[in-house]
Amino acid sequence: MSMQLPRASVTMTTEEVAREAPPKPLTPKRKRGWGRLVLPTYTALVILYLMFPIFVMIVFGFNKSTGRVNSKWLGFTLQWYRELFTIPALTDAIKNSLIVATISTVIATILGTMVGLALGRYRFRGRQVSSFVLFLNIAAPEVVLGAALLALFVTLRSHLGLPTIIASHVMFNIAYVAVVVRARVTGFDRSMEDAAQDLFADPWTTFRKVTFPLIFPAVLSGALLAFALSIDDFVITQFVAGPSTTFPLWVFGAARIGIPPQVNVLGTLIFMGGVLFAIANAVNARRKERAALRSS
Amino acid sequence: MAAGTTGVPVRRPRRGKRVVPYLLSLPGGLWLLVLFILPMGTMALVSTQSGLPPGPFKQTFDFGNYGEVLRAFHTHLLRSLQYAGIVTILALLICYPMAYWIALYGGKRKNGILLLILLPFFVSFVIRTIQWQFILADQGIILGPLKRIGLLSQNYHVLSTSVAVIGGMTYNFIPFTALPLYVALERIDPRLIEAAGDLYSSKVQAFLRVVLPLSIPGIFAAFLLTFIPAVGDYVNAAILGGPGNYMIGNIIQTLFITNGDYPRAAALGFILMALLLVGAALYAKVLGTEEITV
Repeated sequence: MSMQLPRASVTMTTEEVAREAPPKPLTPKRKRGWGRLVLPTYTALVILYLMFPIFVMIVFGFNKSTGRVNSKWLGFTLQWYRELFTIPALTDAIKNSLIVATISTVIATILGTMVGLALGRYRFRGRQVSSFVLFLNIAAPEVVLGAALLALFVTLRSHLGLPTIIASHVMFNIAYVAVVVRARVTGFDRSMEDAAQDLFADPWTTFRKVTFPLIFPAVLSGALLAFALSIDDFVITQFVAGPSTTFPLWVFGAARIGIPPQVNVLGTLIFMGGVLFAIANAVNARRKERAALRSS
Repeated sequence: MAAGTTGVPVRRPRRGKRVVPYLLSLPGGLWLLVLFILPMGTMALVSTQSGLPPGPFKQTFDFGNYGEVLRAFHTHLLRSLQYAGIVTILALLICYPMAYWIALYGGKRKNGILLLILLPFFVSFVIRTIQWQFILADQGIILGPLKRIGLLSQNYHVLSTSVAVIGGMTYNFIPFTALPLYVALERIDPRLIEAAGDLYSSKVQAFLRVVLPLSIPGIFAAFLLTFIPAVGDYVNAAILGGPGNYMIGNIIQTLFITNGDYPRAAALGFILMALLLVGAALYAKVLGTEEITV
């Protein structure tokens, strides 16, 4: 889910939607009028508005333009798909983005899962304060986080580059992973772990064989969220990047002189990746639903 | 929900177990201490340094920078609050009817429709904003043809106006607004609305007296989740606006990265942080810190 900002809100749906009870249909008499006609049409129009720039992006990725995207349709071509990696600076930026996102996701997932476990599972002194720090971390505007990080790095005379970007991305991702894991851990049944310990499993075995499989879905969605946030981050990255470039930074820089069609192609591929992921998710959910129905 | 409310008897932790939560949160906590809390402190220190760029700056604990930046940039600060306010209200107006319909009439297709709304936001923030720049360009796919057939004068433009910036921001912040609204409306038991109908209330009354009051926490959450990031946003203003639309974020970014004027940039950053901290504290007070994940 590559949104720069809906960071807080993204975490809510996946968890929330999964937890909600099955939909309660309204009685038929309520469905007439607004519910039948006006609101669905309105929603469709809003969705069209939301999709419009994406549609334009996809179409102009096939435009036979010369070098920069221009607003005249000059004919259909697959040239930009073939020449996707022919701009060395853009290719380097993409590589940097992938490196940053991969490393920061791995570190943030491990550290965030540990924090999430501690907060969801144990009551300890400082738990409230830790929760509040996570909350502040998520609520703070990115420009403030970026400015504060740069203030620190300037004061320490750190060399700005990929390491500072990675360290900063880990910082903002820990809170997201922790929050997703905490949501899963709080309130789940401890008896399985107790049973394992009663059967003489040592704590590490209990974790590996019981706890981890139970929290794995949350760890995975936390990791996916972290990866999406990292690969899409612009504001914090711009502050701490120094001379390095990532994909969003490169695109932003290119915007002044007009973006090359390759950017449209990349956007299209990312979008299609998202669509495929969503479809796979829906199919999986339906299969689970059916399996649950059959077994009940 | 607390861990102890599951009905399972809470085991008295053994002595060794007491350190477990601390050990678990230690590495992540240290990371946040060094790269979140320490930077905030450093920013506070830097904001009280004196000197002109390119430095060196001296630590004088002089708060003069704050007055200076407020005098110089209060228009940008006010503009940010104004833009963010308009954006938040627009986004609420756009999203509420939609969230209402999906939550109460979506039936089995709820998740599918929700996903359809979120799909465009799978594409990078910067790319999305650049697409609007492309769409709204002076000779672009919309204004170009209108100018050619003479409906608009040649020098008519949308880019570099507040309309473009506010429009772009509203577009980009819609998920922040739509999701909390949806979550709140989804929680409303439809039987309550039926009950209102059975008690002879009209649909409008049922909405005003039942649905709207019950969705107020969602409206509040949506307001803050949209407003706080919107005040700090500078990407929309940079891509879609001109210097006349620059927001406080653009100034912080320019002072910090382009001019290297660290003390004044840090002072502005701290003012913004303080403003938004009030909002965040309010949020935590009303909804609780755990609610941010719900």
